Amino acid sequence: MSKQHKDKAREFLQNDSYATWHDQTFWGVRAKRDTMAGNLPEWETLREKASQIKRHTLSHLDRYLDEFSRNAERNGAVVHWASDAAEFNETVLGILKGHGVRKMVKSKSMLTEECEMNPFLEAHGIEVVETDLGERIIQLGRQKPSHIVMPAIHLNHDDVGELFEREGISHEKGNHDPVFLTQQARLSLRHEFLSAGAGMTGANFGVASTGDVVVCTNEGNADMSTSCPKLHIVAMGLEKLVPDYDCLAVFQRLLARSGTGQPTTTYTSHFRKARPGAAPMHIILVDNGRSTWLSDPEHWECLKCIRCGACMNTCPVYRRSGGYSYSYFIPGPIGVNLGMLRSPKEHAGNVAACTLCQSCQEVCPVKVNLAGQIYRWRQQLPAFGKANPTKRVLSDGMKMVFSHPLLYKTATGVLKPFHSRFKKLEK
Amino acid sequence: MKVALFIPCYVDALSPDVGTASWKLLRHLGVDVSYPENQTCCGQPMANGGFERKAIPLARKFEERFKGYDYVVTPSVSCPAFIKEHYPHLLGESHTCEAAEHTVDIVTFLHDILKVHEPLGRFPYRVSLHNSCHGVRVLGLSAPSEKNIQPYNKMADLLSLVEGIEVVEPERKDECCGFGGFFSMEERAVSKRMGTDKLRRHINTGAQYVTGPDASCLMHLKGIARGMGADIKFKHIVEILSAGL
Repeated sequence: MSKQHKDKAREFLQNDSYATWHDQTFWGVRAKRDTMAGNLPEWETLREKASQIKRHTLSHLDRYLDEFSRNAERNGAVVHWASDAAEFNETVLGILKGHGVRKMVKSKSMLTEECEMNPFLEAHGIEVVETDLGERIIQLGRQKPSHIVMPAIHLNHDDVGELFEREGISHEKGNHDPVFLTQQARLSLRHEFLSAGAGMTGANFGVASTGDVVVCTNEGNADMSTSCPKLHIVAMGLEKLVPDYDCLAVFQRLLARSGTGQPTTTYTSHFRKARPGAAPMHIILVDNGRSTWLSDPEHWECLKCIRCGACMNTCPVYRRSGGYSYSYFIPGPIGVNLGMLRSPKEHAGNVAACTLCQSCQEVCPVKVNLAGQIYRWRQQLPAFGKANPTKRVLSDGMKMVFSHPLLYKTATGVLKPFHSRFKKLEK
Repeated sequence: MKVALFIPCYVDALSPDVGTASWKLLRHLGVDVSYPENQTCCGQPMANGGFERKAIPLARKFEERFKGYDYVVTPSVSCPAFIKEHYPHLLGESHTCEAAEHTVDIVTFLHDILKVHEPLGRFPYRVSLHNSCHGVRVLGLSAPSEKNIQPYNKMADLLSLVEGIEVVEPERKDECCGFGGFFSMEERAVSKRMGTDKLRRHINTGAQYVTGPDASCLMHLKGIARGMGADIKFKHIVEILSAGL
């Protein structure tokens, strides 16, 4: 059996100074988020609105998907539907082949990570270049993201400097100054932007009333990825829709404040149609389990998630165990839940990684009941054959003792419990 | 107003003084309180561990045992939080869950129901307040630090009625201490680390005592303190409110 969260967490904590740094770094993000939330008197109202909009959109998803795709097509985009990861990957490959593309630049997308698109395309001879700095770093290091918003946060500037030297991105040995390293990454990426045949973005939001795709970045790399190559492909999960621009505004105010403690991302890019002279924009709407999850009365709320990462930043367990101690590629409270939706058998080990402190659901900008769902998953573990045998035996024992007061009194008698002192107290 | 005192299993067995202090405090305040016999456990430990069905017989017994009281008051937060959140669905939707409606933690009872304003005990020490997660985020004993709402703290309000006390809060005032029931067994390393971090923050306030509304958090921190050789002491909030009465 592969290692469980608790085992990897124990290893993570063996490096005390790193564990302290990790905890403090993410607590720092949480603190920035608190400041941002504190600056908006309407914060709690916004969260409630966002939650209601998601609830409404998800419970009328057929209608909004139809509206979105019709509007996108009217704008000139080509809309594809992918029922699972394999179909998504094939669709991307088909589009790229159709345009004779050998290299694709892309901005950050957790969906492509979910579908393991990069290795698939690479196996078919297509070079994929990540252009978000964090994603680029972990791509070069052949790693997975350790956080959904800050994927390379687990590495420090020396790690990155050495990696860049090894990969020929930086040619000044020993210069690990973050500004210098960022500059080197930019220079190398310029070349990639200009030589790529296609650019892919994810989608933070799809606006049903207009067919627009909205992408939020801090580095402008989504704009470079779509402005240089002549082909833009959008990878978008079904749950990303919002009804209209009024609704979008609500999320726009919550997303960056919750995720990174910024009032907004540096760039918020709205894509409606391809620029003159470019190929039509392709939008691939991906299900990959989402429509099934939507029908799950206990766990559908996970689809409200806007991937801000606030639940990870506040999670006392995530901060003290790191992204890699979770078996699913999305860590923290939302990752525990999404992993269980994806494959309970593979990801049941993450369900114990929670004290039920509920901080996650208090920071969540769309009010996903994250801890409540983890509690529910725990109840379902026996049905998946994943119940912890020790906990089961102890729970049986407790049920036995606690159901029989006499047995309970006998078992606890030696401790001089309150109940045995009460008679005296009453007098 | 008829009040039953519920002393949860872990308080009964491991922190009996908290039971005694609760009884004395309620009597001191003139509450018509009784302590029904044959109490055990509300079922929370197994349910949080993933075996809530095993809690159903305990929930039924709880309902029977505490029938007919206006309030069931308990010096715990995670037990009443569990009862309120989960008894209704454990006992079935057709059933009106009296326990869920009537069970109340002692802080809420003193602060919101009795509205205690009179001077209470005497405790001339600097005390660091432990804002237990379920007290804060389920029962609303203080404003959760995550929320943008007017700050308040019912525990601090009550402690202000104690003579000589100085109440302080640790940095990261309502971050979890890492107990979490079965969590502390299963995720031992993280649990210990969380407890150590939490305790250090309590110690850094310069307090001589840590207090809180739940004996389980305090027990966890006490264990950590023993391991560290720290000489900070622990008192449940009712022990401080009733000190010297």
